[in-house]
Amino acid sequence: MKILVSVKRVPDPYAKISPNASGTDINRDGLQMAVNPFDEIALEEAIRLKESGKATEVVAVSVGSAESQEQLRTALAMGADRAILVQTDDPLDAPSVAKILAAVFRREQPNLMLMGKQAIDMDENQVGQMLAALLDLPQATFASKITVENGSATVARETDNGIETIKVPLPAIITADLRLNEPRYVALTGIVRARSKPLETLTPADLGVQPRARVRLTRVEAPPARKAGKRVNDVQELVRLLRDEARVI
Amino acid sequence: MKILVLAETDGGRVSEKSLPAIAFAQQKSPDAFTVLAIGDNLQCVETLTGYGAQAVLTVNHSALAKPLAERYAPVVAHYARQLGADAIVATTTTFSRDVLARVAGLLDAPMLSDIIALEQADGKLVAKRPIYSANLIGTFEVEGAPVVITVRGPAWGKPELKGAESPVQAAEAPTNIPTRSEWISLQGGSGGRPDLTQARVVVSGGRPLKDPETFEKYIGGLADVLGGAVGATRAAVDSGIAPNELQVGQTGKTVAPELYIAVAVSGSVQHLAGMKDSKVIVAINIDPEAPIFQVADYGLVADLYQVVPELIEALRNNRG
Repeated sequence: MKILVSVKRVPDPYAKISPNASGTDINRDGLQMAVNPFDEIALEEAIRLKESGKATEVVAVSVGSAESQEQLRTALAMGADRAILVQTDDPLDAPSVAKILAAVFRREQPNLMLMGKQAIDMDENQVGQMLAALLDLPQATFASKITVENGSATVARETDNGIETIKVPLPAIITADLRLNEPRYVALTGIVRARSKPLETLTPADLGVQPRARVRLTRVEAPPARKAGKRVNDVQELVRLLRDEARVI
Repeated sequence: MKILVLAETDGGRVSEKSLPAIAFAQQKSPDAFTVLAIGDNLQCVETLTGYGAQAVLTVNHSALAKPLAERYAPVVAHYARQLGADAIVATTTTFSRDVLARVAGLLDAPMLSDIIALEQADGKLVAKRPIYSANLIGTFEVEGAPVVITVRGPAWGKPELKGAESPVQAAEAPTNIPTRSEWISLQGGSGGRPDLTQARVVVSGGRPLKDPETFEKYIGGLADVLGGAVGATRAAVDSGIAPNELQVGQTGKTVAPELYIAVAVSGSVQHLAGMKDSKVIVAINIDPEAPIFQVADYGLVADLYQVVPELIEALRNNRG
């Protein structure tokens, strides 16, 4: 079984994010970049499936600028066998990314595609579902447990109503939620080994795709701040204020 | 703008989670919106008829008895095409994220997730939505129609009741519903408490609550005396003190109740992202430096094990 995992380059989840001076984007000066944490979880799951003998090959794919090679090298160091960068500096929206990934999927013909449920920059939560629609494949989003057996995947999904379990025949698109696993730390030996693993670079045109973003970010601003209120001394004062001042009880 | 609102269902009944999407449709297209509800032998459809929709379409089919995106998305896409919808809209939930992004893929439509504002300018739609874990607000321009949209519930509130009843129209399921995905089970539920995203009062607890029994006793007990829902921090969920579906925050649920009581919640950016639009916020924390106090209307620096029982008692007496 071959697994394709997509990996997005995003700001480090612990970095402080602020608007730039013109308010058109975030301030990227000296900003640390990382693999999107949800994609890292998807990748970890793929590598575990390989380690348990269920998968034979894990291929990481990224769409974006040349710098995304860094995140693909991280994926290779974690345990992916090879990597593909679809390199473009054009602005992309979720449908464009989904179209590029669909072309990569058709070229690679994996049995399973894993990806994060959303990227922590735009927080859209769209690409996996769009990709499943474009490829006319089953989808299982927000996975917190995946069991692969006899050509299908049983997936526990984190929904607003609780843990829902569904079964999808493979090939399918599965998106990872936070509690699917805890990704491993990259070992030094992995980093050394990653240098000799293949990393192929393509362009959208090589794949016959000409994406055009129809959703464009034009302005970035801080949300209105909430003012701090007052300290109360005890429960009696709290109950009195909630009743007489805030009038919510 | 012609709007198709996808009502949230679990396959068997219509949920009130759809109401913010209906409120959005009332504001943006008061005379031209249709509500679509999908399931099998659907109950509570009448809860959708009082808001001025041109029609409430119901699609009932045995293949649609459970809310599987692979099966629901072609139904939504079919009726979006048939109605010539300019926008396909639902309230942001795991249901709508799952189904509508697939609909956008089927229709080759651009999509805006979790929007808090929308204007039309020069034939373009301009929307605002939280980005970077709600640390920032982004303004987005969209071209093309239709556009698929999920709306952030707390930003749009409840729709107005209109005098006339919308007609309920039974509609056929399209014939091309794929049935590869199979629904197995659902575990969870709010245990008789109100739904977290709908509740007037939410009481949330953090990791200092130690174990599920302690969490239930203090957080559940306080929620019950207020008729409220229970929430939890990611740390509490990760350490097994509270179930996943109670998580409030960027990777959990977004809530905006009238009263939010945070007990032993430090107030990480990720947690604040899910609750800072609440009308009144109360923080109870033993650490006077906890960031939660920076957003709280009323802060009490105290040991929860002492003051929560006192508070439960005082609220009981207040109710009289």
